[in-house]
Amino acid sequence: MLALAGVVLLVTGVVMAFYWVPMAPGEGFRQRIFYIHVPVALTAYACFAWGAWKALRLLWKREERYDLESYTAVHMGTIFGVLTLVTGSIWARTSWGVWWSWGDRQLVLFLILFLFYCAYFMLRYAVEPGPRRERLSAVYALLGVVLIPVSFLAIRLAESLIHPTVFTRDVNENLTSSQLGTFIVCLAGTLCLAGALYKIELTGKRLDRQLRELRRALA
Amino acid sequence: MTYLQDVAVLTRKDLLLELRARETVPAMLLFVVSALVVFHFVVPSGLSEETERIVSGGLLWVAIVLTAILGLTRAFAAERDEGLLDGLVMAPCDRSAIWLAKTLSVIAFLLLAEIIALPAFALFFTSVDAATVGAVLLANVGIAAVGSLLAAIAAASRTRELLLPLLFLPLAIPIVVGGVGATAADDPSRYLWFLGLYDAIFAIISWASFEYVVTE
Repeated sequence: MLALAGVVLLVTGVVMAFYWVPMAPGEGFRQRIFYIHVPVALTAYACFAWGAWKALRLLWKREERYDLESYTAVHMGTIFGVLTLVTGSIWARTSWGVWWSWGDRQLVLFLILFLFYCAYFMLRYAVEPGPRRERLSAVYALLGVVLIPVSFLAIRLAESLIHPTVFTRDVNENLTSSQLGTFIVCLAGTLCLAGALYKIELTGKRLDRQLRELRRALA
Repeated sequence: MTYLQDVAVLTRKDLLLELRARETVPAMLLFVVSALVVFHFVVPSGLSEETERIVSGGLLWVAIVLTAILGLTRAFAAERDEGLLDGLVMAPCDRSAIWLAKTLSVIAFLLLAEIIALPAFALFFTSVDAATVGAVLLANVGIAAVGSLLAAIAAASRTRELLLPLLFLPLAIPIVVGGVGATAADDPSRYLWFLGLYDAIFAIISWASFEYVVTE
């Protein structure tokens, strides 16, 4: 159901973005990637926050199932994070003619987060499965959700030092109602999609674990 | 025993171990000076004084962070190799006291390394101002607080020394931003505030979550 809703909303959102929303002044056609880039970025944040929430629940309740939920949420967040980097990179290319710009806060932040969560996966692969690993990855996932605002602040501070002239991209200011409507539809679509993927992945991982336990019992 | 006495005893243990074995601090000293010498060959000669000040200021922070990583990889070496951590965890003291003691001893090691590194930097590159010294002191707290937690995490993994830099560097980026800002900007106060904020946030989180890292 969630997957179907996600697909319907996303298709509607993309159609709205292409045919309904008027051209943005100054930015033109390329501005339409905004309706994919920003919802994907927000969805990635939501996934990381969800993963950290589950990690907190794990440390609190010490129930094993939260570990898998936290891991899957972080996994989804990383996938959407990579999508953010890719779409942001395309936008930078069309706007400024370069594939990468240190002037774009969102992109730099996602690069840092991408590195952070890659280290999270390295950590998980380097520790034997068990309650120890669950807690270690939960603590690290919690650090990540704190790193997001701190890094955001750091990037703003660094920008004022390294880049005296800040790139401005005034799409976030004064959204018209049609723009806002399209944006909300797209955001709802990506959130539904992330939720559906999360559920599928979780079911798959749980099945995998049950299968392994069954095999061990039989052997 | 009170909490502070526990911390004092544990810190004393770390410092005493280092005093007897003399493993970590000499390595950190040699590393930081070697790194600065390498960095001399990175900065092209003939830069304007202002440019050289900014560029070399950044290199100082690279040297500090890398030296800290070098020290942190050894932070839980004794605990891990000698099975000491199990004993510490079973000891009748709060587990966060272990973290606090480790953080204090890492700060002490970092200070020793910087007592050599900052004059060496002033000798090789440019003079060090008060804002830089303040930023280094503030950064030590953040590095040691997060680093001790991550060193304990890495010590529990199979790859150990390999994993720590990967875990630590993304979290060290804000420290580098604050440090470089304090060194290079005309008005360092907000960068120093930022470093203080970082210290407070991450010290509280590390203090609260250390228990979950060391218990089996």
